Amino acid sequence: MAELRTGSGPVLLLLLLLLVSVGSAIHDAVSGTNGTNVDPHHQSNSSGTKKPFPVLSFNYDHVRMPFEISLWILLALLMKLGFHIIPRVSHVVPESCLLIVVGLLVGGFIKAIGEEAPILDSKLFFLYLLPPIILDAGYFLPIRAFTENMGTILVFAVVGTLWNSFFIGGMMYGVCQIESAQLGAVDLLSCLHFGCIISAVDPVAVLAVFEEIHIHELLYILVFGESLLNDAVTVVLYHLFEEFSHAGTVTVGDAFLGVICFFVVSLGGIMVGAIYGLLGAFTSRFTSHTRVIEPLFVFLYSYMAYLSAEVFHLSGIMSLIACGVMMRPYVEANISHKSYTTIKYFLKMWSSVSETLIFIFLGVSTVAGPHAWNWTFVIFTVIICLVSRVLGVIGLTYVINKFRIVKLTKKDQFIVAYGGLRGAIAFSLGFLLTNSQVKHMFLTAIITVIFFTVFVQGMTIRPLVELLAVKRKKESKRSINEEIHTQFLDHLLTGIEGICGHYGHHHWKDKLNRFNKTYVKRWLIAGDRSTEPQLISFYNKLEMKQAIMLVESGSGAKLPTTVSAISMQNVQPKEAPRQRVIPTISKSREQEIRKILRANLQNTRQRLRSYSRHDLMIDPFEDNMSEIRFRRQKVEMQRRVSFNTTVYNYDAIAIESPRGRDSRPTPSSPNDVSLLNESPQKPNQSSTTRAAGDVELRVKTEDEQEEQDQLKLSRCLSDPGPNQEGEGGSSFRS
Amino acid sequence: MGASQARTEHPYQDLMDKTGCNDMFGSKEDLASIPALDNNPLRKQIITAFFDKRNQHENQVGFFEEIGFEQFVMVMSHFRAPTLKTSEEEREVMRKEKLRFLFNMHDTDNDGTITLEEYRKVVEELLSKSGALGLEAAKAIADAAMLEVASTNVPHMAPDDFYEGITFEHFEQILKGLEMETRMHIRFLDVDTTTMRCGKTTS
Repeated sequence: MAELRTGSGPVLLLLLLLLVSVGSAIHDAVSGTNGTNVDPHHQSNSSGTKKPFPVLSFNYDHVRMPFEISLWILLALLMKLGFHIIPRVSHVVPESCLLIVVGLLVGGFIKAIGEEAPILDSKLFFLYLLPPIILDAGYFLPIRAFTENMGTILVFAVVGTLWNSFFIGGMMYGVCQIESAQLGAVDLLSCLHFGCIISAVDPVAVLAVFEEIHIHELLYILVFGESLLNDAVTVVLYHLFEEFSHAGTVTVGDAFLGVICFFVVSLGGIMVGAIYGLLGAFTSRFTSHTRVIEPLFVFLYSYMAYLSAEVFHLSGIMSLIACGVMMRPYVEANISHKSYTTIKYFLKMWSSVSETLIFIFLGVSTVAGPHAWNWTFVIFTVIICLVSRVLGVIGLTYVINKFRIVKLTKKDQFIVAYGGLRGAIAFSLGFLLTNSQVKHMFLTAIITVIFFTVFVQGMTIRPLVELLAVKRKKESKRSINEEIHTQFLDHLLTGIEGICGHYGHHHWKDKLNRFNKTYVKRWLIAGDRSTEPQLISFYNKLEMKQAIMLVESGSGAKLPTTVSAISMQNVQPKEAPRQRVIPTISKSREQEIRKILRANLQNTRQRLRSYSRHDLMIDPFEDNMSEIRFRRQKVEMQRRVSFNTTVYNYDAIAIESPRGRDSRPTPSSPNDVSLLNESPQKPNQSSTTRAAGDVELRVKTEDEQEEQDQLKLSRCLSDPGPNQEGEGGSSFRS
Repeated sequence: MGASQARTEHPYQDLMDKTGCNDMFGSKEDLASIPALDNNPLRKQIITAFFDKRNQHENQVGFFEEIGFEQFVMVMSHFRAPTLKTSEEEREVMRKEKLRFLFNMHDTDNDGTITLEEYRKVVEELLSKSGALGLEAAKAIADAAMLEVASTNVPHMAPDDFYEGITFEHFEQILKGLEMETRMHIRFLDVDTTTMRCGKTTS
């Protein structure tokens, strides 16, 4: 089997090249025969002879556009598939590198057969390929880490990018003055223009590489946040230099206007995004009857935010991020669980496809585009880019550390500097240059820098991270204790700050939270959930996750072996002696009960509904939830009851009705049990509530597996697929 | 005491103005009258923490009636942040100290463990200012949290065993992921925090 798998990679590659060549050949054939197709028809009309009815005809033109697009996307995805079948390669080389190489190959192939290769069109890139990636990143941005480090991120993004642009531009101008390089035609403005294009850290490349190395959250958010927020600076500088190069002269007034423009672009972008975000949140308040279209609202409002910002030349990326961040807490409180999963999966799917296409096109464009290679220019560009990045990070960190409490160590600085990858945004911006004289040279240099950062830095960052023993991402999932104490700390620190009389970070956060709770939530969240405290939402989400997890694995064929034997009876102080203690059940009876249980597992769902007092009003799209909860409770209970002892009597308590409906009953504690209040003498009927442990679950090992899966769950590798236990259906790891 | 006078003037002044005291810091009522604490759900616990003798690191138990400047600063010293020069052992000590502070806040009867009742009380207080959904929710959450602590720390308990309460070691264990030394701190203006050391703590 192993040989089959390693053999299938190159086979896929060949298949794809075949597909592409077929596509191009068809394209050729069509353009060739287009002329002749018309004539026979004319002839037959004029001559009057009847043509036989065409049983099979050929009309490629009709579907040409969607056909080619689909072919390209299919190619990209098959490539991705191929990489993961060959595990050895994907460990060493990051996916982005492999995709660029594939692009190079495909581009070379297309050129070899004499066709014209498609180039990464800037409009295609900025309007269709970039937004999904940014939305995916913005929607799932870790808000807490982001806001805590906002100052640092802004300094890196704004000051760092400015420094990079001017340093690179200035130095390149100096290089151009060297006689031997024959670069006299390049003036200062062009150099500065070039500098601002090449200086921006690219979010796509950063995401692609950082996703695979799993460093801890602080570094990730610093580099990634910087790559997002420097978009405003890049936009302003780019348009500024473009105007200047047309106008020819620069005055102080222009520079001043530039600064104002920066504020307008960034703040305007954020405002546009926030408005659309609030609109989206408000709309989601009313979607309880049409759950199916909920995800569409999220996507469309965000895309509109992006486009609206682009209309006014504001920063589209910042607008998209602001929209996602603003919308998320309210939308998540309003929409159903399925819609949430849909949104998550669609975003990851689109961003995955986009990223793959971007890198492949980058490779193809490299082969296709006209190049003007100038050794001096290119080499110096690469070197100066590196130097400028390192100097910038060191200098800025020195200043920033004076204001940070948790200082950035040398290791952190190294990773931040090394993680400054350039990518497709730089290429697209370079492509939009109008001055064709130096454009090709610039493009060549830009591509070289991109290749250098993605290949060299991208490939070596993983071993470097291991070598330097940089802190990795926290692996364990968030526990309820941590959540309780995070909130506890928030209030405690706010209180201490209040006593000190110092209005710090916590004070303002607390004020914002209270404002949010009293005014905003009431408008934007439907029903009772508007007054739900955060701790309770967290707890419910946790319960839901656990319930789903248990359902997924509980339906497996294999019986798990161990179980955590802790139960509420261990934790709670012993109560008064239970009434109606049942004598022990014999082994054979136990077996019988188990058989009956297993047989009845399906039927219990129906029976459950009819007995329950509290789940009469179930949302039709969420009829799973009560079952899930029931299963979970059942399993919880089975954990409690040990093999050879008594069967206990529990009182009947309600199961929570699913989300999205009227008043929410309080969450049931683990001690409370499902519905039937039964007498112990009828084991058949009470099969749902009492049992000697029928199916014990591997709670512990599931936890471990989820940890491992979570590590593997990067954006590019979204769905880890079925459980190892061999069940069908995807597992919803969140 | 090694506390830097330059920095500690400021909050001292502030508090002095608020409470109107001169040499003694005041009693619980004085602290309770600070308006900044009005909306805080943990008001009572925070104030009690200042008067708790256990936080003075002198191995005493009980509560003060009134606290002075020394005691105030001693409690505040729990909220220092580590610097670049803090070594690993120092960070460990710092973390233990902060966790101890939190533990003392939860363990009101000072028996060395946080029992289920005490934990329930903690969660209730947290939810008190949030327009609570009632005691049931708090009870459920506290129960689940307790269950979690028990499962992680003592995974193989027999069904009849009783988990007394969260000891300090278990408490440390479950909060390991939060990295307390980097979270539990406030910004003491622009002061070199290394000078803020009270004589009783180990330097």
